[in-house]
Amino acid sequence: MGFSLSAAQADAVLHALKNDYRIFAPKRFPSQGRYSDTDIIRYEEIDGFSDIVWETKSDYPAKEVITPIQQTIFYFTEDEYRASKAKEKPILLLARPCDINAQQIQAKIYCENGDYEDLYYKRIRERVKFALMDCNGGDDTCFCVSMEANKTDDYALALKFSPEGLLVQVKDETFTPYFTGMPQADYTPAFVEENSLKVNIPDLDDKAVRLALKMHPMWQEFNRRCISCGACTVACSTCTCFTTRDLIYGDNPEVGERRRVAASCQIAGFDQMAGQREIRSTAGDRMRYKVLHKFHDYKARFGERHMCVGCGRCTHRCPELIAISATVNKVNAAVEEIKAGLAGQ
Amino acid sequence: MINPVQPQACTILSVTKESRHEWTFRVASDVKPDHGQFMQLSIPMIGEAPISVSAQGDGWLEFTIRSVGKVTNVIFQKQAGDTLFLRGPYGKGWPVEQFRDKHLLVVTGGTGLAPVRSMLNMLAANPDYAKSVHLICGFKNEDGIVFQNELAAWKQKFSVIYTLDDQVKEGWRTGLVTAFIKDIPFESFGDEYAVAVAGPPAMMKFTGLELMKNGVAPEKVWMSFERKMSCAVGKCGHCRIDEVYVCLDGPVFPYTIARDLVD
Repeated sequence: MGFSLSAAQADAVLHALKNDYRIFAPKRFPSQGRYSDTDIIRYEEIDGFSDIVWETKSDYPAKEVITPIQQTIFYFTEDEYRASKAKEKPILLLARPCDINAQQIQAKIYCENGDYEDLYYKRIRERVKFALMDCNGGDDTCFCVSMEANKTDDYALALKFSPEGLLVQVKDETFTPYFTGMPQADYTPAFVEENSLKVNIPDLDDKAVRLALKMHPMWQEFNRRCISCGACTVACSTCTCFTTRDLIYGDNPEVGERRRVAASCQIAGFDQMAGQREIRSTAGDRMRYKVLHKFHDYKARFGERHMCVGCGRCTHRCPELIAISATVNKVNAAVEEIKAGLAGQ
Repeated sequence: MINPVQPQACTILSVTKESRHEWTFRVASDVKPDHGQFMQLSIPMIGEAPISVSAQGDGWLEFTIRSVGKVTNVIFQKQAGDTLFLRGPYGKGWPVEQFRDKHLLVVTGGTGLAPVRSMLNMLAANPDYAKSVHLICGFKNEDGIVFQNELAAWKQKFSVIYTLDDQVKEGWRTGLVTAFIKDIPFESFGDEYAVAVAGPPAMMKFTGLELMKNGVAPEKVWMSFERKMSCAVGKCGHCRIDEVYVCLDGPVFPYTIARDLVD
């Protein structure tokens, strides 16, 4: 079932939905951008139609709604830990196909790695329904088609925005009542079929090639360029790593909370154990670790797909202008060189 | 819902000073870990650290801890009667069923003895479990020696080589553990043997190479890893090496996997 709504009608539907859902969408935060007088676009609960930024890709991914930068996991007293509680109200999450596909990847790590399904991920994810945002191909950092993350059928609603209003496809019929009396129109979402940017995925199936790649001097180039700031992993649609931080309440140091806080393999100390030397001590080591996770190790463990949806946000956020697409091309060149070397032996 | 990562309060029963920096905490617990598994020790306000279970008995577990970090330094202020928080056990321990009726060589470096200690105690209590047990234990120097009582007891039960890296001590050898691999009578073991290795990364790497040099089959060797962890259940990502997670797939790995891992 489909509808064609004016901006005012879209706003009315959103208000009706807000009775039953917390609605999260990309929202503009003026003057909070990286350069003076620029904005930041990130996910936040919205009040109405005009809050939604649809013309351009958000700077930060939709994952922030499901795996927040920080969340309380336990409250503790001197002799007890008690798990935090989640908000009960379901979430309607407006997201492009890349962000929706990214949740398949986060779910693999949080719920299918080992026997334990992560309570904190699952309890939010179970409450999320997606409203697919039409994507016209993104920008010049996007390569979702190369990563086969351009399509999805995991959505309850599909939305196509325009300055005049909104086209809607209702796929999950429980949403139909919110559109009662609204003008009907056919709408079927279309998916991006080609990005201007294309990335060839390196062939790393061969163990000898992989071992040689890990030792390849290409990684050392990042020692000069990468500053190990972790901006790429914060912006990443799929990165899941976290650490825990305890916080005590000022008036009673026996009582406090344990928080899960996003962590980055790109930041010094990620692998450092007490009293021991850091294992990956250079920016190049850390970049190798991240890139091989994204383009080999994750898939080797879980099958199906790589741990990158081609959203390009890491490229956007890198203060040193390191593009993931250029990095993968560098890997491809190194792999060709290694294969030629191995064949010549 | 029972939260499997929720730390549980446990009472400290005793504290034994193994060396100046390494103390063993005995904690009341009914948990029955496999030999070589680890648990997460948790201190509110400070954080958590993965620590291997170094011995176990009826209603208690022991953890041997080096005072080197934020969590462990606070644990060192604890006394019998105080509370520690525990969760676990986690990970894959030693494949003890595969060690049954085999000649077993155990090689440890420093506190790497802790993750094999509970298995060695089991082997000492069950002399028929393995065909023979050979133990090579190395420590940096005399100050670093831990489990003195057990080292003495194991001497009666196993074929032992105890060594200090660069100090001379009566009854002890001097040199790295790798220097003594060649003294193990592998030729008399036939095909019926296994090797367990635990210690610092460089020690394990060179012990592996030395074992191979002595004709040991790679599929007969296991190694216990130690990595930074936050969750211990495969989510936080800190302990991942290539496509394996030390918390889930380890800490004990077959050498056939361990030798190719690149951090």
